[in-house]
Amino acid sequence: MFSTLNIRIGFFLAKRQIKRTSIWTTTLIIFVMFFTFINLVVISGILVGLIQGAVDAVHVKYTGDVFISNLSNEKYIENSSQVIDIVKSLPEVDSYSARYVEPGVLEANYKTRTNDKEKRNTAATSIMGIDPIAENNLTNFSKYVIEGQYLSPGDYDQILIGAFLDKKYMDVDYPGFTPLENVQPGTKVRISVGGSTREVTIKGIIKAKVDQLDMGAFMVDTQLRSMIGRNDNNVDEIAIKLKPGTNPTLIRDILKQNGVGDVAKVQTFDEAMPKMIKDMIKTFGLLGNILSSIGLVVASITVFIVIFINAITRRKFIGILKGIGINQYAIEISYIFQSSFYAFCGSAIGLVFLYGFLQPFVTAHPINFVFADGILVAPLGETLFRVSLLVITTIIAGFIPARLVVRKNTLDSILGRN
Amino acid sequence: MIEVKNLKKSFKDGEREIEVLKGIDFTAKNGEFVAIMGRSGAGKSTLLYQMSLLDEPTSGEIFIDEKNMMSLSVDEKTYFRLSKLGYVFQDYALLPELTALENVALPLLMQGASEKKAYEKATEHLILVGLENRLNNLSSQLSGGEQQRVSIARAIAHEPKILFADEPTANLDNESSRAIMDIFKKLHAEGQTIIMVTHELEYSKFAERIVHLDDGKIVSIEKSK
Repeated sequence: MFSTLNIRIGFFLAKRQIKRTSIWTTTLIIFVMFFTFINLVVISGILVGLIQGAVDAVHVKYTGDVFISNLSNEKYIENSSQVIDIVKSLPEVDSYSARYVEPGVLEANYKTRTNDKEKRNTAATSIMGIDPIAENNLTNFSKYVIEGQYLSPGDYDQILIGAFLDKKYMDVDYPGFTPLENVQPGTKVRISVGGSTREVTIKGIIKAKVDQLDMGAFMVDTQLRSMIGRNDNNVDEIAIKLKPGTNPTLIRDILKQNGVGDVAKVQTFDEAMPKMIKDMIKTFGLLGNILSSIGLVVASITVFIVIFINAITRRKFIGILKGIGINQYAIEISYIFQSSFYAFCGSAIGLVFLYGFLQPFVTAHPINFVFADGILVAPLGETLFRVSLLVITTIIAGFIPARLVVRKNTLDSILGRN
Repeated sequence: MIEVKNLKKSFKDGEREIEVLKGIDFTAKNGEFVAIMGRSGAGKSTLLYQMSLLDEPTSGEIFIDEKNMMSLSVDEKTYFRLSKLGYVFQDYALLPELTALENVALPLLMQGASEKKAYEKATEHLILVGLENRLNNLSSQLSGGEQQRVSIARAIAHEPKILFADEPTANLDNESSRAIMDIFKKLHAEGQTIIMVTHELEYSKFAERIVHLDDGKIVSIEKSK
């Protein structure tokens, strides 16, 4: 079938048919292929990107590149000062933030509540003690303040609360979690942590689309330390940002070799990712693949219909070609060339659109989902694999109807008989 | 030489079987020009389709240069048509996306000729039919007579053993018809075997012999005057 002569004649016929067919027909078919490509790559890319956005947010805004946390049987990181010294000594480290984390309760209506029967306006949360400058260097934390102001190192009785602790930002019920009602920057709340209670003022509200942050409360580390009586300066977690190009695994291993692994859990951001998110990545990837497969089936049906209509309307000419002695395989190959042309053009335009415009645009302007900033994940290798799938499917979908028509009786085709 | 023996062709029309050719015996020698005539529905075109291997007869045999065509597979028949037969259709049957030159060159390319050689030969034959100024025109840019001349050029460019023509002047005005018949006359003079179906007595006279068909049978064979 695929002899050089048949391929040559197939190419000769396909080239002229594409060249001399209506430009609008060609444009329409390529347009359909372009949208099929977009459907194949972008829909699944957005689905995966939705989760990738959440993953990136946890990475950039919370864990950093390497995350050190307390061992499961320890309340905090023993000898934190020494650990921090080791971290500071590594030239690959760009910045770090040491945090205290303690469970606590915020109460908002303690002043206005008139009797014990009135419902207490409280929220149980994690109170995080941070160095405002170090934290901002690491995570750009101040950028996530949506109301009020960011913390200053000297703030004594000021806190930031995550947006989910404020009922007006938490419009869905979250089992086991109750937000505060009627609070805003300037509202005084009572904070109870580590057996101490203090009246503080909400200085700002932050929304980072990272649950650990949006459901937490933040105060200056020295203040939290004094409330919980942590006089040994041992912290609960250290997030480390590395200089660009540094392999987090390498730094994790160096830290472990220096004994940090004996007193704390040392993880790269990938390892520190909550299992639920890892499972979601797999689930959304699977969902994306299912949608892509449906897209591929739609693409093949579209091409089948296009080529079938083309071949049916050209049945007489196919008959004439056979009548004058053109090998049927050469005719079939001409349709393979035509469908390949449509698939390649649609995919090429799709690739330029995707990498030249869409992906940079979505990266610059992420899609604002409730729980994450959705980006478009379309690794080149995977995209090219999908392009190959599209081209192969298109070739098959183009070949089958061509063969159906070409195999009909020559004279019946010429005379238009059934 | 083409020889047809007891050729029958029937079509199914629902339950009914219609016998269009009822046992044709016929021979045309090399270099002969034969016209097949008959009223509408007599079976002229059907006979031509069987002889030119475009259709499968119900029974009977066709020999071309003593080779039994009935033993050939579909692919072999296609190749035989390409290499040994030429066909001029009533409605020209040019490929609309090809220029006159490309239409004529296509069978030559299929025979394995290089593009240069195929185009040279195609040009030569288009000049022969008087279309030297229309080489790069699409069929839609040609008149009926010009299209039929391209069709003839395509049919003869690969120097076929037999040239079949199915009412080649049916869709043409008198002037164009005359020009087409002049080409046939010239080809015949050069030794081309031609078998032509026509219903026009005037043009049948260009042939050496006229075969009259009626109701699927040969009723007479006469020498042209």
